[in-house]
Amino acid sequence: MRLPKPRGVLSEWVLGRLAGTPSVGDAPAADGPDDEAIALWALHEVLYRGFEDASDDAEGDVGLFAVRHRLESGLEERLRSRWAGSDATADVGPAGVPAALEALVAADHGPSLADHVRRHADRDQVMELLRQRSVYHLKEADPTAWVVPRLPVRAKAALVELQFDEYGAGDPNRLHAHLFARGLEAVGLRPEYGAYVDDALPETLELNNALSLFGLRRRLRGAAVGHLAAFEMTSSLPSRKLVQGLDRLGMDGPMATYYDEHVEADAVHEQLAAHDICGTLAEDEPDQVDAILFGAFTCLDLEARFATAMFSSWGVAR
Amino acid sequence: MSQDFAHPDVVLCPHGPMLVRGATSIQDADGTVHAVERPVVALCRCEKSSRLPWCDGTHKLIPR
Ligand code: FES
Repeated sequence: MRLPKPRGVLSEWVLGRLAGTPSVGDAPAADGPDDEAIALWALHEVLYRGFEDASDDAEGDVGLFAVRHRLESGLEERLRSRWAGSDATADVGPAGVPAALEALVAADHGPSLADHVRRHADRDQVMELLRQRSVYHLKEADPTAWVVPRLPVRAKAALVELQFDEYGAGDPNRLHAHLFARGLEAVGLRPEYGAYVDDALPETLELNNALSLFGLRRRLRGAAVGHLAAFEMTSSLPSRKLVQGLDRLGMDGPMATYYDEHVEADAVHEQLAAHDICGTLAEDEPDQVDAILFGAFTCLDLEARFATAMFSSWGVAR
Repeated sequence: MSQDFAHPDVVLCPHGPMLVRGATSIQDADGTVHAVERPVVALCRCEKSSRLPWCDGTHKLIPR
């Protein structure tokens, strides 16, 4: 993948420095949320598969690390204030975590992209949705893989059991990110990793940046698995609707196969995530309870913001 | 300190599916045998799934 386009002075500074151009002065203040989001996204990407046109030294650049740290702290503060401002912050004990996750998900009434795709979306809208989704789905499960070494025994074993399935249970053909790439190709979109990052809405970037933040900070391990649980718990039924929508538009084939795989897989994963991962982590490390619920709330909240942004870009009232 | 953890092969989820670990094939209620391709599968217990014998999450739509 090549470096994305800058969206303001901060990302221009960051991307220039990633490319190895000697930078002048300190990092400037961001031009706005979009500028900040793409800068942080690029700084995180260096830790995944990276950019072919970035310098390998970027990983150890303390100047870039300082910017990343500042942007991550700002993002965490923003996510926490949304969590604090919601009425979802109940007093929950470790044993109550799986039920509290269920309650959070049940109380979520964010606008449903899956319903829209199932019944009304046209082909262009679905293509746009897939481009946005590709930013995450082409590295599906990767942000959560950071968390493995940070968990106690039971949660670690359960997370790896779930991730093993995400990564195709040893079969590269069944690796979820690969299934999505094949789906993109089949509908005529570009399957390369990171192909549509320049088209990503700020909401798409924020959603991805939050996942990386949770995955990268040991302190936020609870938020990472809480996010995972909420994600899996809201996946089977919507995936089925997406399959129906793709069929309706004559887009069956590998992309429908990708979502179809998630109907059954995520029916399993949601049980593992809520009970075996989050439930046991809460029991073993009760100080993570709040982080788990914060992560779950953030997943639902960012999905709702993303859906709202998509609907408004289409001029569809929701 | 080492300790043995409970790690059953079959788990009944409250108001949800039955998880089965390490199965290689499952026979459904009609007698059809399905090959299992994942390390853990969720078998529908509510009988409302659109893809029996597998759970597809539909149980969550059933009022308790
Ligand atoms: S138990 Fe999940 S759909 Fe029946």
